[in-house]
Amino acid sequence: MRALDRKLLRDMWRIKGQAGAIAVVVAVGVLLQVMMSGMISSLEETRATYYERYRLADVFAPVTRAPQKMLTRLAEIPGVAAVEGRVQGGALVDIVGQDLPVRAQVLSLPEWRNPWLNDVYLSEGQRPRIGRTDEVLLLRSFARAHDLALGDVLSATLYGSKRTFRIVGIAQSPEFLFTTAPGELVPDDARFAVLWLNAEALEAAFDLKGAFNEALLSLERGADVAPVLTAVDSLLDRYGGLGAYALEDQVSNRFLSEEIKGLKATSKAVPPIFMGVAAFLLYIVVSRMVSAEREQIGLIKAFGYTDTEVSLHYFKLVVSIALAGAALGCLGGVWAGRALAGLYQALYHLPFLVFRVDPSSFASGVLISVLAAVVGGVSVLRQVFALTPAVAMRPPAPADYSKSGALTAALKTWLDQPSRMVLRRVLRNPGRIFGAVIGIAAGMGLSSAQMSVMSGFNDVLDTTYGVIDRSDVAVTFFEQMPDKTAFDLAHLPGVIEVEPIRAVGAVLRNGTESYRGSVTGLVENARLNRAVDADHADIAMPDNGIVLAKSLADTLGIGAGDTVSVDVLEGRRPVLELRVARIAETLMGAPAFMHIEALNRALGEPGRISGAYMRVDAGAYPALFSALKDVPSVAGVTRKNDARAAMKKLMDEGAGTMRYVMALIAGVITFGIVYNSARISFGEQSRDLASLRVMGFTQGEAAFILLGELAIVVLLALPIGVLLGYGLSYLVAAGFSTDLYQIPTGFRPEAFGVAGTAVVMAALISGWLVKREIERVDLVATLKTRE
Amino acid sequence: MSDRKTQPPRTTFRTRGLTKVYGEGAAAVHALRGVDLEVPEGEIVVLLGPSGSGKSTLLNILGGLDRASDGEAFFQDQNLSEMSDRALTMYRRDHVGFVFQFYNLMPSLTAFENVELVTEIAENPMEADRALQLVGLGERVNHFPAQMSGGEQQRVAIARAVAKNPTVLFCDEPTGALDSATGRAVLHVINDINRELGATVMIVTHAAATAQMAHRVIHFADGAIRSVTENDTRVSPDEIAW
Repeated sequence: MRALDRKLLRDMWRIKGQAGAIAVVVAVGVLLQVMMSGMISSLEETRATYYERYRLADVFAPVTRAPQKMLTRLAEIPGVAAVEGRVQGGALVDIVGQDLPVRAQVLSLPEWRNPWLNDVYLSEGQRPRIGRTDEVLLLRSFARAHDLALGDVLSATLYGSKRTFRIVGIAQSPEFLFTTAPGELVPDDARFAVLWLNAEALEAAFDLKGAFNEALLSLERGADVAPVLTAVDSLLDRYGGLGAYALEDQVSNRFLSEEIKGLKATSKAVPPIFMGVAAFLLYIVVSRMVSAEREQIGLIKAFGYTDTEVSLHYFKLVVSIALAGAALGCLGGVWAGRALAGLYQALYHLPFLVFRVDPSSFASGVLISVLAAVVGGVSVLRQVFALTPAVAMRPPAPADYSKSGALTAALKTWLDQPSRMVLRRVLRNPGRIFGAVIGIAAGMGLSSAQMSVMSGFNDVLDTTYGVIDRSDVAVTFFEQMPDKTAFDLAHLPGVIEVEPIRAVGAVLRNGTESYRGSVTGLVENARLNRAVDADHADIAMPDNGIVLAKSLADTLGIGAGDTVSVDVLEGRRPVLELRVARIAETLMGAPAFMHIEALNRALGEPGRISGAYMRVDAGAYPALFSALKDVPSVAGVTRKNDARAAMKKLMDEGAGTMRYVMALIAGVITFGIVYNSARISFGEQSRDLASLRVMGFTQGEAAFILLGELAIVVLLALPIGVLLGYGLSYLVAAGFSTDLYQIPTGFRPEAFGVAGTAVVMAALISGWLVKREIERVDLVATLKTRE
Repeated sequence: MSDRKTQPPRTTFRTRGLTKVYGEGAAAVHALRGVDLEVPEGEIVVLLGPSGSGKSTLLNILGGLDRASDGEAFFQDQNLSEMSDRALTMYRRDHVGFVFQFYNLMPSLTAFENVELVTEIAENPMEADRALQLVGLGERVNHFPAQMSGGEQQRVAIARAVAKNPTVLFCDEPTGALDSATGRAVLHVINDINRELGATVMIVTHAAATAQMAHRVIHFADGAIRSVTENDTRVSPDEIAW
């Protein structure tokens, strides 16, 4: 080993604490990068493999009743690879010990073969035996949520008739990674069941012998989905086609996509901040080392080493630290990515996990860290080249303050010498102070943005379940009912108030933009489920026209006064051209509202309702629920608090977990920069501090000079952190907003309060740690050595 | 040169069996091995001796920068060995001026401000202007250290040390980094300060010639005093052969 390289190793050992700290910052940046991209590519890979292995359809085409022969016609559509017809319908499942019946979707399985499309993964037991009408497969997530096992008996109401089934298999399906009851917004494992029955049994139950009510299609590789949808719709139109839709609009898939989108947004925003901080720290430490070693550099040069060789020596040091950090980050990233992907696998109900490291994340991680090191190292090169051996070996000239001195001379009458020292140091190194300020502000901005978004979530819950929906219980019917049904509900035990609604599935269009959702008819002066404006004031339903949620209006690119085209998917399936009367403020879903009478008029079905919101005496729930179980027209009952809890859970889990992790990590970098700044300024000023102590300044007085700078940095960082956090919160909110919920942004004092307090705490702790070092300074040794 | 022996001398420092050991066991280094010493008030005392002989260690203990391992050191009537850290700090603040080989000025303060740094906290300081005049640096008071020569910086360091009207002035190799002419000028300043302020001055140096300006010369070797000589005739710094 060459002597210079041995020096390198010993130097690294000498500054091991600081080198380690920087390597860790680099490592955290690389780790996040590798972990996030590894996790995202694993999830995407797993999803793709799962979909492919269990042949998830590319197109779903619900229909009222179509004969089997139509399947052949569908298969002839250009671009279609395979077609499956199945029967599906709603059911209510009675769970022992539960006062509320649970909504369920029942699906047919071909009896003599595996399904061509939308196959299931059997995790336990077996499929229903041929000819058995009382055996079911149950979705695993639901079975888990209710502790149901093989052999248990379920009682379910199908098409008005109550039947019992025995669970013979527990299944997972790529179609139901997230399960959401029809008409509800939030996936909830416990409140929605999926059952598979033999096709014949189900055809009989739903009176669909020799017919199907949902076609599934897979496409040939590279085939365009849009023309297929059009062709399917035109083929199924006369059989009551309800509008074919692509996989990307399928509920469960859309949820997973939104989750992955949220993770991606985070993975793009955070690691670069770490790398920037690492580059800054490397720059400071190495340039400090070079100035401390000027004498040695002079010597080495005097021996005849070239500038390039000397520069290379220090360059190696910087790059070694960066590479060590990057290597650590890559290893840690793979480990953490694997662990997290495992967690997400369970959360998203994936039956297996294809772990895939994203090799480009290694490359970019290493590249960025080396680049960060190089940026820090370039300044080193400049310093080394500038030193001639003779100059280097003379004692260093004192740092030149003559420029910044002039600026503070004006303050002479107000400031004592220690304050002047602090101020001049700040003014002399504006670049460095700026770097530290930006670093701390970035950390604070990141954590306050994450916290803003978290409290934004609480707004979503409060607005949705406090302001817009003021009911206790919502009821939906299997099919539309006469409006007198609302009066029947009002007579049930504990019911204080009933407010009927009419909701119909619809595709809303504006030019090429479309959204598959629903239109809800509200009564005049609705009180329990309302449309509200930005100030939470009621929006009166217009006699004609439609009120769109802001998110929906944005999706369609439409505003108040414009006209929207609504393809209603029920009844005689009219296509309505409606004027957008108002834009409503909603934070969940993308609803559209009409006057219930206007909607019924347009459908040609006056006096019909499809559900109701109710206010209920809290003590009467059990009696009410048991009464509702006996009302055959009731398809589902939702307790608002359950929906709220499910939403909260959804927000906290999955992509939500990452928000907590990011807020925490942001706190860690903030502390890292604050502490490093304090350490570095201590390293630079230890000689001055020793002088002060010798002159008779107390430890506290000496610490003031050191910590004064830190205090200025922190005070400057706080307002900038607020601004950065405010800006970042818009980006993070946009990244996490889905068409399920929109996170409101705005200035959230509490988030900035917490983040700011954390910064101040970090400064206090760092100050305390560094002050302890002041106490340990060997005054004599410091003063009698040359710098 | 005035003759101080006509007045009964008061003692500034008195030590008894002063011992300093660095490290432990086999690695222990005995920097001082039982030093007994008396330094009369108002004298210039020069400590001579090879490197590692213990002279700087003695200076540091008397200056309140370090503590003895054993023995006693008195400043006037106060036992330095028994003082708390805080009391030592106050002792340095009110009574002690230090001058080092490397000037240790605050680079961010001008010459004037460096002196003010001390006058702002000391008990009984002189005007900063006067301290700078004493060292002959009247004109460059608003320059920063980076704008001054080594000799000028050392003179600022001395001005800073004397501005508090110290009882004792400690100089550790004050001319070590200076050329002979500048060194001589610095010694001149130190001599003037002793004469005009009456401060006791202790100088540690390798330059044996410096001894000629002292009232008393202490020779150190191996952590102990070898000899103490009193100069009957002192030589002005201007005449010291360098």
